Amino acid sequence: MAEVALRNVVKRFDNVEVVRSINLDIPDNEFVVLVGPSGCGKSTTLRMIAGLEEVTSGDISIGGEVVNDRPPKDRDIAMVFQNYALYPHMSVFENMSFGLKLRKFPKEEIRKRVDHAARILDITELLDRKPKALSGGQRQRVAMGRAIVRNPKVFLFDEPLSNLDAKLRVQMRTEIKRVHQLVKTTTVYVTHDQVEAMTLADRVVVMNNGRIEQIATPQELYHHPKTLFVAGFMGSPAMNFMRCRLEQNGVGLRVRLSDAVSLPVPASQSARYQPLTGKELVFGLRPEHITEPRRNDRDLQCEFAATLDVVEPMGMETMVYFTVDGQEVCGRVDPGSAAGPGEQMRLYADMDRMHLIDPQSGAVL
Amino acid sequence: MSTAAVAARAPRERLGVRASLSRNRRWALITSYVFLVIFAIFFLTPPFYMVVTALKSDAEVAHMATNPWIIADGVTLDQFRILFTQTDFLIFFKNTIIVTVSTVAITMVVSVLAAFSLGRMKFWGSSILATGIFLTYLVPDTLLFIPLFQIVKAVGLLNSYWGMILVYPTLTVPFCTWIMIGYFQSIPKELDEAALIDGAGHMQMLTKIFIPVALPGIIAAMIFAFTVSWAAFVYPMAFLYSADQQVLTVGTVTSLIRGDVYKWGMLMAGALVAAAPPLVIYAFLMDYYIAGLTSGATKG
Amino acid sequence: MADTVQTWSPGIRSPGLQGVRLQPSASGNLRLFMRRRSTIAFLMCLPLIVIITSLVLYPALYSIYLSMLNKSQTRFIGLGNFSFLLSRDVFWMVMEQTAIFALSAVFFKALIGLITAHLINNLPVKGQRKWRGMLLVPWVIPLALSSLGWWWLFDPTHSAFNYILSSLGFEEIPWLSSPYWARFSVILVNVWYGAPFFLIMYLAALKSVPEQLYEAASIDGASAWQKFIHITLPMMRNIIAITVLFSLIVTFANFDIVQIMTAGGPRNMTHVFATYSFMLGIRSGDLPLGAATSLFMFPILGIAAIFILRGVRKRGREIG
Repeated sequence: MAEVALRNVVKRFDNVEVVRSINLDIPDNEFVVLVGPSGCGKSTTLRMIAGLEEVTSGDISIGGEVVNDRPPKDRDIAMVFQNYALYPHMSVFENMSFGLKLRKFPKEEIRKRVDHAARILDITELLDRKPKALSGGQRQRVAMGRAIVRNPKVFLFDEPLSNLDAKLRVQMRTEIKRVHQLVKTTTVYVTHDQVEAMTLADRVVVMNNGRIEQIATPQELYHHPKTLFVAGFMGSPAMNFMRCRLEQNGVGLRVRLSDAVSLPVPASQSARYQPLTGKELVFGLRPEHITEPRRNDRDLQCEFAATLDVVEPMGMETMVYFTVDGQEVCGRVDPGSAAGPGEQMRLYADMDRMHLIDPQSGAVL
Repeated sequence: MSTAAVAARAPRERLGVRASLSRNRRWALITSYVFLVIFAIFFLTPPFYMVVTALKSDAEVAHMATNPWIIADGVTLDQFRILFTQTDFLIFFKNTIIVTVSTVAITMVVSVLAAFSLGRMKFWGSSILATGIFLTYLVPDTLLFIPLFQIVKAVGLLNSYWGMILVYPTLTVPFCTWIMIGYFQSIPKELDEAALIDGAGHMQMLTKIFIPVALPGIIAAMIFAFTVSWAAFVYPMAFLYSADQQVLTVGTVTSLIRGDVYKWGMLMAGALVAAAPPLVIYAFLMDYYIAGLTSGATKG
Repeated sequence: MADTVQTWSPGIRSPGLQGVRLQPSASGNLRLFMRRRSTIAFLMCLPLIVIITSLVLYPALYSIYLSMLNKSQTRFIGLGNFSFLLSRDVFWMVMEQTAIFALSAVFFKALIGLITAHLINNLPVKGQRKWRGMLLVPWVIPLALSSLGWWWLFDPTHSAFNYILSSLGFEEIPWLSSPYWARFSVILVNVWYGAPFFLIMYLAALKSVPEQLYEAASIDGASAWQKFIHITLPMMRNIIAITVLFSLIVTFANFDIVQIMTAGGPRNMTHVFATYSFMLGIRSGDLPLGAATSLFMFPILGIAAIFILRGVRKRGREIG
């Protein structure tokens, strides 16, 4: 069994705590993505699992055994690096078989494994070439092949797609997903790109400043973020955050965004937010939930008018930017209904998707 | 929903159980230091002993029963005093300075011009010339000193330190040019083009833009030229006879012998003072010194 | 960027601005020539070309001519000097000594350089500079002066090394008076002097190997020794070849150490080409014979030079 477990893992460099006591359980065969901004500690965590960094305190176990004291080669892991780290003087075949050769595998077994991996990754014609004769995408595949032939308990990926151009990145993302379905192995994948996290992961671990903000499936993370950071990090363009006050207006609660704009809280949420009436909070709503009025059965109270500052036609939809109470807000409207910059437009907010966040704690309420 | 499962069991006790990873690393470090100290002793013993000897009195130097590695009879600067007042040492020093400074000046002018041209301005035969320069560097002085003897004699510069200034550049120019070609080549092409648009001629480009930007390389080349000129031994040994023209390296080794007696205290004092300028430059400009050495071989 | 400057000389009316060069005068032609980029480039190289041609190329060729004259330089004797040298046992001994001297010294220099480079590279980065600074000292001191120092260390009566040996109960060693010990001493000093150069070169080369390759190898299961064999050495192959060949040339032609410590003795058993040629050519005044001696170095140096050139070109392609 190849579960990975982290218990109270801390990493300190000199006197700076880079990873602050994280706890994580990864069941067998799960594809977990560690995502977060630069410097959040995700790469360090990955390297601690690999054994390339020492654990300051806490335990890391693979397959049920604590591996803190084991060197990388005894942990039965394989890693794909951001810069591929292919041995430049060896051919692709030699690169892929190096680990097996060191472990004294018989020649036929090595041949079999390399051929198998090469077929999965579609690099069979490249086996005799040297790394410098390969393109970036091909090198990445070879790096993955090197990991696959080892049949490890855990695959570790350290931002493997960051060095590829946008189009190639999309292609390779699909490749990785396909390979994961073929070669069922526990995978820990580090990236700063939340799109990669959303598309690849079974579960996502969002990290910030050395701590875990939230662990959840991509959908859960997207629709039910638990903190301000997670809400703002996942999704592109990012969720709109606006200062607001929760008001009681006759029968219902309203969210007052500015002197001109106040939106109703849906009945389903009223009970939850009732205790917070009168407070200054942060109102969160994703751009795709601010649209032009489109449904006939909509709640007219959710409509408001705004003067557009910037209009960005994206083809399938048009992004509109406007200001509410001095804060910039983004909405996504049908290209045909978009007004021009400087013009006024009626917009509709899908309040069923609203979030309220406590500005002090950052917690989503 | 799914948050991290908090461990129910206590973290493993670590008291007394050091991570074997860091233990290995510590042993490797200690072994490294031990061997490095051994090598340091090997490399630094001769200079150390030279210093010790130079600070001893003649009597103690000659006395064989005492430990030669320490100064038992008290530190004395007598050797230096005698060296400066009763020998031709200071004449050697003066000559060496004249020769070295002149050589460095000539070398830098010739090398910078040639390197700039070969490094940035492509013309017919430039790559052949560059290769030729490198090959020249490989021709040793011990191959050339015999024919050069005739040539220097014919020019009337035998037994004159001006003859040294004539031939020393052969030791320095090839490598200095080679170093600086590398530095000049590493300056991006856009700088040329921006300068041309601004209206600079080639000479102006060289003096106002490239020389300042390539300054580290120039300093490294100057240090190399200085060190090589200062330490040159074959040519002065072959071409200089009289003490008033002699340079430090040959002078210290051959002319400081009084009669048949080797006054080692004074000899070591002389060797130290003669070795001092390169050592001082090295101490202050070590990075440039090393950059000069490594760039020659690693910059293609 | 126009390579040439188009102009027409003053006083001639041109039919229009078509950039056609009309009847340029002689001085205009010269000015044109002077302004050409390639001319300027060539002129900038001229001092260097002059120096190299007159003080390296010409002497090298002259030396061939010189070697074929008789001692008083009045008669042309063809290969007489060469056959004379080849008939002398001493000369064969000198050839053999120079070769052994160069090969063993370079081997040990490279070995020590490689070992010390690894040792220093293992240290935390902050301390590396200090150690590097200390270990490079032999290279910085002018060789003639440190040879003098070593001579004093080997002095027959006062040798400080012998003092240590005898106080530990061992016999004193005739460092410079016994032929075999003399050869050892000469090689020792050469290794002492030259190893730091290899240290610097190899340290720089070690640092140019990307750290991630070692990490990948760790994960693949390589021990420290395996990492050295499979990653470090192959990546350093080119720089090792260049430094070894380069040092072979320099060591082969070395003069200072032997001249100062033994002057070729005892009994000519430490002579190398450089010192033997000096003795014959300058000391005994037979310049042609000296030239002939030093020319024997040429073929070996030539071969080594060709290999170095290939290595440097390859490295240039690897990097650039």
